[in-house]
Amino acid sequence: MADAARARPKPTPETQHFWDGTRAHELRLQRCDACAHVYFPPRPFCPACASRKVGVFKASGKATLYSYVIHHRPVPGFTPPYAIAVVELAEGPRMMSNIVDCPQTPEALELDMKLEVAFEALDDSITLPLFRPAKD
Amino acid sequence: MRRNQVAVVGAAETTELGVIPRMSQIQLHADAALNAIADAGLKLSDIDGLATAVETPQQIAHYLGITPTWVDGTSVGGCSFMLHVRHAAAAIEAGLCKTVLITHAESGKSNIGRTPRMIGPDSLNGQFELPYGVSTPASMFPIPVLRYMKTHGITHEQIAMVAVVQREWAARNPRATMKAPITVADVLNSRMIAYPFRILQCCLVTDGGGALILTSADRAKDFPTRPVYILGTGESVETPMVSQMRSFDSSRAFAVAGPLAFKEAGIAHKDVDHLMIYDAFAHLPLYGLGDLGFMPHEETGQFIADGNTRPGGKLPLNTNGGGLSYMHSGMYGMYALQESVRQMRGIAPAQVPGARISVCHGVGGMFAASGTIIFTNER
Repeated sequence: MADAARARPKPTPETQHFWDGTRAHELRLQRCDACAHVYFPPRPFCPACASRKVGVFKASGKATLYSYVIHHRPVPGFTPPYAIAVVELAEGPRMMSNIVDCPQTPEALELDMKLEVAFEALDDSITLPLFRPAKD
Repeated sequence: MRRNQVAVVGAAETTELGVIPRMSQIQLHADAALNAIADAGLKLSDIDGLATAVETPQQIAHYLGITPTWVDGTSVGGCSFMLHVRHAAAAIEAGLCKTVLITHAESGKSNIGRTPRMIGPDSLNGQFELPYGVSTPASMFPIPVLRYMKTHGITHEQIAMVAVVQREWAARNPRATMKAPITVADVLNSRMIAYPFRILQCCLVTDGGGALILTSADRAKDFPTRPVYILGTGESVETPMVSQMRSFDSSRAFAVAGPLAFKEAGIAHKDVDHLMIYDAFAHLPLYGLGDLGFMPHEETGQFIADGNTRPGGKLPLNTNGGGLSYMHSGMYGMYALQESVRQMRGIAPAQVPGARISVCHGVGGMFAASGTIIFTNER
């Protein structure tokens, strides 16, 4: 199984809620109570206004394809060629991910295509948020 | 910072560039440093300021036998040396030291005595980028380029021309690693590394090093080489995570550092005779031309495709052959600075006739950091 050796994230106190979320098949983002800025990656304060009053919420899981490469070199846990993508979430923030259920070709991977989150468990504690072409 | 108060009075690369399996990384630092000291006609005991990256200043000071009163270990990737020049100029002006040595070396190919680069699994990069299969810079640095191309209407052929033109410069440089002419078709048919980039759009991997010596402009006239003055400087950082850049249409770090240097230098873009833009990958000169304000991003691809940056063109760019064809040990900024100094001294292998102002722009990480130095040979 190629995925066995994929680099495994190790949560910190500030990011635990994100990884708890993906394990529960929820994509969790943070929003500032003071200025309403939505941001990623996780931190317990707002990078736009420095307020410590921030909340966690469940994102829609909808995204569009912002940019990508199709990597052709061997990397543990991956079978080349595979796309390394940056997706733009409907709520605003962008995140790196992989695109699944889709040929890993320039023809199939069109910028701005609609995507939806797909959760893939690495093990009992870590589930990665991946994205696939949106059904609708 | 005031203009032309500090000058480069010593500049040298390692005796050899390319594959140097009989020398460790720290010895490459020393080889470059000793060559620069000799170039300046100085002794090691004359050095009272030291800056280096990846290696710590204490490692280099001890190895060389230097007792500095000012050090800078700023290590923000390949443009660290641009930041060192800026910081050193400020330190010399402030009287913290008189004569600064800046060293770089990397055993990038032979991997002897190389400082490991680790990304912890609990770092933000380790949690939010590494699990998606990024590995080498080739898998990360080109991630923004498809968006850049779509936004600005840039073609694959135009970006391929970056590599073609730089090979034309490299052909004029005896020390360049790759000299054989290439065509757009060669580039677009070369081995795929990370779509849309193929191997001829990715930097070389080599061993080497370089060193600079800076002192006050008032002292500079007493040195054996033509002084190269620091006319303007800029620096900035954005994010260590390429996925978290403000936009892929532009580099924020470039767009802060570059214009800052132009403002400090008090020059217009038409005053620039010679330009270096750190080209770890073929899209970087396009970002640089746009973010430094030479032209709108929409025009960068056509500008290069039209031959404006090739030998004889109106804006000579990356005249040593660049990271794509000259050499790239891992932190190429030092070699870009060396070429700017050679051009200002009038001794470059592909000399731009009568060049008086050189802009040298560096990147660190994947658009994570940036530094810009503007040199002149007229005070």
